[in-house]
Order: sequence, then structure tokens, then C-alpha cells
Amino acid sequence: MNSASATTERSARSRAGPWNAGEEDRPVLSVHELKKYFRLSGGLFGAARGYVQAVDGVSFSVSKGETLGVVGESGCGKSTTARLLIRLIKPDQGRILLDGQDVDGPNGISVRALRHQVQMVFQDSYASLNPRHTAAEEVSFGLSAQGVARAEARNRAKQVLDFVGLDPGVFADRYPHELSGGQRQRVNIARALAINPRVLILDEAVSSLDKSVEAQVLNLLIDIKNRLGLTYVFISHDLNVVQFVSDRVLVMYLGKVVEIGPVEKVYRSAGHPYTRALIASRLSMNPRRRIAAPPVMGDLPSPINPPSGCRFRTRCPIAEPVCAENEPLLAAVGDDSLHVAACHAMAPRSGHSLAPVPMSRTASASGA
Amino acid sequence: MSSSTANSTQAQIEIVRRPARIQLTYWQGVGRRLRRDPIPMVCGGILVLIIAAAIFAPWIAPMDPYKTSLLQRLQPIGSPGHLLGTDELGRDMLSRLIYGGRVSLLMGLLPITIATLVGSSVGIVAGFLGGKTNMVIMRIIDVFFAFPSVLLAVGLAGALGAGPVNCLICLALVFTPPITRVAESATTQIRNQDFVEAARATGASAPSIIVGHVMTNVSSLILTYASSLISVAIVLSSGLSFLGLGIAPPTADWGLMLNTLRQSIFIAPVNAVLPGVMILITSVCFNLLSDGLRTAMDVKP
Repeated sequence: MNSASATTERSARSRAGPWNAGEEDRPVLSVHELKKYFRLSGGLFGAARGYVQAVDGVSFSVSKGETLGVVGESGCGKSTTARLLIRLIKPDQGRILLDGQDVDGPNGISVRALRHQVQMVFQDSYASLNPRHTAAEEVSFGLSAQGVARAEARNRAKQVLDFVGLDPGVFADRYPHELSGGQRQRVNIARALAINPRVLILDEAVSSLDKSVEAQVLNLLIDIKNRLGLTYVFISHDLNVVQFVSDRVLVMYLGKVVEIGPVEKVYRSAGHPYTRALIASRLSMNPRRRIAAPPVMGDLPSPINPPSGCRFRTRCPIAEPVCAENEPLLAAVGDDSLHVAACHAMAPRSGHSLAPVPMSRTASASGA
Repeated sequence: MSSSTANSTQAQIEIVRRPARIQLTYWQGVGRRLRRDPIPMVCGGILVLIIAAAIFAPWIAPMDPYKTSLLQRLQPIGSPGHLLGTDELGRDMLSRLIYGGRVSLLMGLLPITIATLVGSSVGIVAGFLGGKTNMVIMRIIDVFFAFPSVLLAVGLAGALGAGPVNCLICLALVFTPPITRVAESATTQIRNQDFVEAARATGASAPSIIVGHVMTNVSSLILTYASSLISVAIVLSSGLSFLGLGIAPPTADWGLMLNTLRQSIFIAPVNAVLPGVMILITSVCFNLLSDGLRTAMDVKP
């Protein structure tokens, strides 16, 4: 009950205070209390041994033209969230809204319609291309599968290849093994763009590229976004890349959202201790400021049996008994209602010793 | 175009742009690679000769393959009038080998073709759907694996009754399970690849993904495996004929000839192995051709 009210509160906030422009305050894509538990079968006769709580009650929204960066450790549910967004996997609970319309819900839009508008670029540029398809075949496949005539789909494929910086005369008939990593990722991007989507989900889209190519592809992505007016959900474990491309950042930990906020606010004054640790873990350009100790000790706890209360408490430097008892809700960090973190130390009246002292009005309310 | 030529005249290092490759579909590319490979081309040529000889047997065969002559039994190779000698009833070996190809090739090719069509569709569907559907289909297939293929063939042929058509059906049934298994395991591997997920994400339906992404990747494996079974089918059909469950004796069939000449192996060993040589040449050619086909179907050099 508590979490639900917090969600509506938060989504109301993000609607009321858009990051971009005044009129486009309705989110293109919004997600409410998304849950995905993977069943662990392996017991007798395939009985469930347990559930991996990959994504557990994630809510956020993305406004038009915005880039939402999603960061977190490996295994925190970033990729599962991406797959849920484009319905490659079905959520166990929760809703995905595209322009306020329920995806696959009553009176909503179909998954097919969702995939006309939302597309995804995968991490592994090689594995996500069919080794038996040329670049043009790969890009046109989705179109012809949707009923576009073959010749027309091929023309469109060549246009899109050109658009992502691959000369169709040279690259259209090349197979994946005849392309470099950056070129392959461009083909992947072209395949997504061929559908003419409005939202692009980039799941670690530049992570497997080497640094120089990564920069090229990043610039290409930014260029495409500006030219086509796209909205990005940019998933990465690379904090520098996320800082470079994102307008807002969402930090995930063990299937939960721990912090959302405008990029410079989150990077400058993170509310959640996990975000602070992540940001501290970035390597400095200055060799005198070398990092020797890991900023977060220990391993990620098992998502099959996550810790009670706050999931980060087992590794948190400021954990207190209250953290094991109650699950923290997203609360505003500082005075910016757009920047929220799920930490008891940020929430007034949470019982945490570092919790901000409530203002007199709220204090009297709590007293009553 | 004009700007690129202007650039190339100005540039110090002239970049010679190769003319764009002639657009080839996947199968055109496979055909082209196959034509450049000598071994499968030679094997294909031999097979074409054998098949053509079988088809045009009445015009090619020098003698009537069923005309017996007790005086000219087991003549050696090169004897006058009989280029490859005669068999134990004095029938012309060359004519019988040419005619024998009709039944043997039919018994090798047709059951395997049927088994490949049925087995690969069942296997690909099972592999692609996965989960419970896959389990049910594959456990049924496993029942057939419980029997050795020869025993299964004999049992099925016995149940269906003798005769060439029943023999054909029974061979198709025997070879369907292994092809299904190969198709299923190949598909299961492809199904979990990112590019299949990506195709689903672009909104492609399951049938179009099967045709566009799964088939292009599993067909070479299935074809290679299936063509290696052709020779097995020829031998197995001859085994069934030997047991009286397939082709009836007067008919010329390589397997049957091998069986009837078996008694003469100490008198005329060369004559006795001739049908076996034909089976060997045919199966080796099919195997090498399928090998070449697999290489040609792989886009990587």
C-alpha cells in the first residue's frame, strides 16, 4: 500500500515537473510497479526451487525527447527491464504505458503496436546479427516481416544504412563477419531505426565496443536522436557514458530503483549511499587520486533471497536497524522533487538517525 | 557520384572503389560457392550419371536384365557380350546394375526426402516453441530411439507387410526420428541467440522468424545429416529385401543383388562385390556432395 502511493506520488511529480519542455509533459513511456520473477525449476518434477526477483516493483517514466540513463551493477535487472519494456518477456505484474495507453491491457495497445514504436539495440553486436544475413537483409527483415514489399523494404534498408553512416554500396551485401564491431553495431541500430520507432532502448549498446569506436557510435546515437527526435532509454554500466548521454539517471540495485534524478544532480549530490559508492568507483584521470579500496564491499546479495527491508543494507556503510525492518520509499533528495532516492537516511520520519529533520508543519502532522 | 570522382582526382592516394558486388540472394551465393568447389562438383556429376542411367535404363542397358542363361553363369568381367560379367543365373551384370539403380536410388532418396521434410518441420517447430511442446514431441521421438534402426525397420516392415511401397514408408518412419532430433537440437541452439530476440523485437511473427532466421541457420546441418543417411537407407532397404520384406527377388536392386551373389563370393568374388561398389560410389558421392553443400552454405570463407 505504501509503495503504491509512493509510486503514484512520484509519477505525479514527474508529470507535473517535466524535464524537457512545457507542453510535452506527458511521458512517452511509463512503467508502473513492474515485476518479473524468474522461476528456478530444478526440484523434483520441475517444482520451483525459488524465484529470482530480477525486477521487483520498478516504476519510472520517460518524457518525449529525453534520454533516461539506467545504471547498476551486473545482475541488478537492467537488461530484464529492457526486455520487459519491449515485451520480449512478459511481466508478472505491473503496467507499461505508451502514451498513456496500456500495453497488452484492456483498451490498450497490442504488443505488435508497441514494437512499431519502441525498438531495442542489443549489447552483443555479433550475436544479435544473423550470420547468414547480409546487412541489408538484416535491416529489411523486420520490415518485410511486417508486410512491406521486399523491394521497398530493401530500399528503406539502404536508406537507413546510409543514415547510420554505412555506405549502402559498400556494406549492404556484407555479412556480419565481414564487418567490424562498430559497423555491426551500426547495422543493429539501423535495424531498429528501420521500423521508424519513437523510443529506442539501448541495452549496453556501446559496452562491447572498443573505446574509439564507442565514442563514434555514441556520437552517432546522439546525432540520430537529435535528427529524428527520438526518446532513449540508455542502459549501461559505464557511468561516464551515462553521464555523457543522459538527461536523467535511474540507478538500480537488485531489481529495485534506488535513485532517479537529473544527471548532474545525481552525479554531484547523490542521495543513496549505493549511488555515491558507484560514483566514487569511477576512475580518476589524475593518477594521484588513485582508488585502491573498492567503494562497495562484498558481492551483490542473491536475488533469490534478497535482504529484508532495504536491499542494499548488507553492504551499506550507514545501515541501521530500521533498514532491515522497512523497505525505504523514494523520497526527495534535497529540495528538488525530481531527484528522489529510496533511502531511509533521506526520508523524513523514517527512524534513521541521518534522516532529515522534518519541517515544523510535517513534524506536527507526525505528532498528531 | 560526381563528387566522389572529383575527390579521387584531388586526393593524393587514389582510392579505387570496387564496383558494388552483384546482388546475390543467399541461395544464389550458395550455388556460386558450390560451383567453385571441384570435389562436390565431380561427385555431383557422377551422381547425375548414375541417376540418368537409372532413368534411361531401357535405352542404355545393353541387354535384358531379367534374361537368364544357365550356360553363361558367373562369367568374369570383360567376357564377350557381358562387359561386367554375369550373375549366378547368367543375367548381364551391367544391365542389372543400371536397372538396379532405379529401385536402389528410389529407396535411398525418397524415404530420406520424406523423413527430412517431416523430421525437420517437427524438429524445428519443437525446438522453436520449446517448453512443454518440445518435451512432448521429443519424448515421443525418444520411443523410436529405444529400438536399433534395423530392428525398427524389420518390425515396421513386418507389421506393414512386404512390398516396395510399404518398404518405403517403413524406411521413412525409421529415418524421421534421428532427423527430428538433429533439427530440434540445432533449432534450440539458434532460438536463444540474440538475433532471434532482435527479430522478435522488430515485430516479426514466429513463422517469418522460422523461415528467415532459423531455417537459414539449421538447414545446412539438417541437409548434411540427411544426405549421409541416403547410403544407410540404400543398405537398409537391401537388408529388408533380403529378409523378404522389401523388393521381391527377380527385380534388380543393388542390395538384393549383393545378397543373392553372396553365395558365389568364393567362385566369382569380383562379380559379387560389384553391387556393393555401386552402393559405395553412390553413398560416398552423396556424402562428399553434402559436405561441399555444407561448406557452400556457410557464408564464412
